[in-house]
Amino acid sequence: MELVVYGIINSITLSLISLGFTLVYSISRVPNFAHGALYVAGGYLTWVFLNHFLGIPYFLAILLGVIITSAVGAAIYQFILVRIRGMEISEIIATYAIGLAILEGLRWGGLRGGTFVLPAFFPGSVNILGASVDYQRLIIVGAGVLTFIILYLFTRFTKVGLAFRGIAQDERAAMMLGINSDMTAVLSLAIGSALAGLAAILLLPLGNIVVEGGYNVLVFAVAVCVIGGLGSWGGVIVASFIIGFAQILTEYFISAHYQMVVALLAIIITLLVKPSGIFGKQKELEERV
Amino acid sequence: MRKERIDRGLKVRTEGIYAITSAREILYLMGPRILLIVGLLALPFVFELAPYWKKVINIMCAYALLALSFDFLANYVGLVCLGGAFFTGIGGYFAAIFNVELGMPVWLSMPLAGVAGAIFCTVALLPCLPLRGVYFAIVTLMYPLLFTRIIEALDILGGTNGMTGLDALPNAYVENYVIIVVALVFLFAMRRFVNEDIGLVLRGVKDNDQSVRASGISVTRMRIIGVFIASLLGCFAGAYIAHLYMWAGISLFALDFSIIPIAAVVIGGGGTLVGALIGAFILVPLSEVLRAFGTFRIVIYCAILTGFIVFKSEGIMIYLQRKYHQFERWVKV
Repeated sequence: MELVVYGIINSITLSLISLGFTLVYSISRVPNFAHGALYVAGGYLTWVFLNHFLGIPYFLAILLGVIITSAVGAAIYQFILVRIRGMEISEIIATYAIGLAILEGLRWGGLRGGTFVLPAFFPGSVNILGASVDYQRLIIVGAGVLTFIILYLFTRFTKVGLAFRGIAQDERAAMMLGINSDMTAVLSLAIGSALAGLAAILLLPLGNIVVEGGYNVLVFAVAVCVIGGLGSWGGVIVASFIIGFAQILTEYFISAHYQMVVALLAIIITLLVKPSGIFGKQKELEERV
Repeated sequence: MRKERIDRGLKVRTEGIYAITSAREILYLMGPRILLIVGLLALPFVFELAPYWKKVINIMCAYALLALSFDFLANYVGLVCLGGAFFTGIGGYFAAIFNVELGMPVWLSMPLAGVAGAIFCTVALLPCLPLRGVYFAIVTLMYPLLFTRIIEALDILGGTNGMTGLDALPNAYVENYVIIVVALVFLFAMRRFVNEDIGLVLRGVKDNDQSVRASGISVTRMRIIGVFIASLLGCFAGAYIAHLYMWAGISLFALDFSIIPIAAVVIGGGGTLVGALIGAFILVPLSEVLRAFGTFRIVIYCAILTGFIVFKSEGIMIYLQRKYHQFERWVKV
């Protein structure tokens, strides 16, 4: 029973991490390799607001952190990516370079060691089905589910959300219907970065803010997205449950060291068996070559 | 008034076979190549009195090999490799295994590590080769991080301490010239290779894979050839670095080996192959000068890199080539 509870928590954590990446890729077709960096930056900004602007309540610090992270994401598109749109090689290199610059800049600026800790929203823990779960993890599950519901409603029932889906399905047809492709892409990067920041703020109270976290988040986000099918939202949920449970099971039965190996094996098996991922059906032709 | 850019007469005259009838035209053709070869071969003597900078030459040429491999893969095969460190790491560990565990001499373990490492890397990257380029970027990004973790976690191959006791190269001159000659040979071999038939097909894979497939050529097979060649370069550089430091450890998977080659190619001019060398020759000494900044250097590379991509995407080499072959003049419209 313990395994099920921890597995669900781990899976929701993974899907929170990878939601932003998949959103950006599905809409703007930019593989945002700065995702992990934005995650760490979101957590760090919140920490700065919390500790260096005395008197700001935690809630406000979180809000500011998320908003600024999302502004950074939008700026990355507006000032850099828009100029190299469509040149796949340049896009990949540029986002990767920006991500590295943010992460290594933070490391150089002193982000190391265990001093950077966000407090939990509510301290304490509760006993669920024989497993002790602290409140922060419950909040993660709640917030994760809530984020999914909000995103689902947003993409079905608002004008901007429908424009997102239009661009994701067929960019040219959407442009003919008067949807501004660049504007949508800026918005998608803003929302994707906001999701990265949100994930950071929810997850980081469980540990320290460290630069390595950025690389781990990027690797896991990418793993989940490849397995679920790049740009597929349903795939993200299913794939994060697969990897999440696989990780918890290996951790329980073998050793915690093998978590990364599990992700790697899952990617390789997916690429060999069904390259477009679990839910990438309609884009299968495009993915293969 | 409008600026017009036209080829120099000399350039046009040297395009045909009759260029060999004139010393001046031969010089025009051979000059830049000879400058590069002689300049590079003379470097160890120029820095005779500065042993530290002689070491930098080694590292510089190793990075030049990595940059060459990145340039070839990105601009001729259309695969962006975000993890050059994967190649160096695998090459380095293979060299350590061959040299320390199996007791092979240096001159055997280095080339053998290059070939074995290239086979290993190609097999490891095989699953993502039938797919679009973005998968390759993703997987190569993950591999160096993953292999570091795996080596750390499983405590194999010396774990976090790495494998020590590799044989050093006989003396400083051999150290210098092995890598300089290899870099030059690979540079000119690659330039020839990409203009052979197979190079043409590889460029086809990059520009329009569907038409390559329609011609009955397997895209995956071509990509395997491309990745094998690129990882051969990378793994040889890794094996060389391992022998140079007499140590193979996790730091062979370090970020520097991934980002400096990319920056070198973007600065030097993608697709020229020589540009990759020139970029490395600019960036590596720069990084030695900036040693005091530590990890901030990566931020500097990334800033330069992004700046070049956005504002000057042609790079230094293409700019220089244009100046060499063409002149500009104002004309009335």
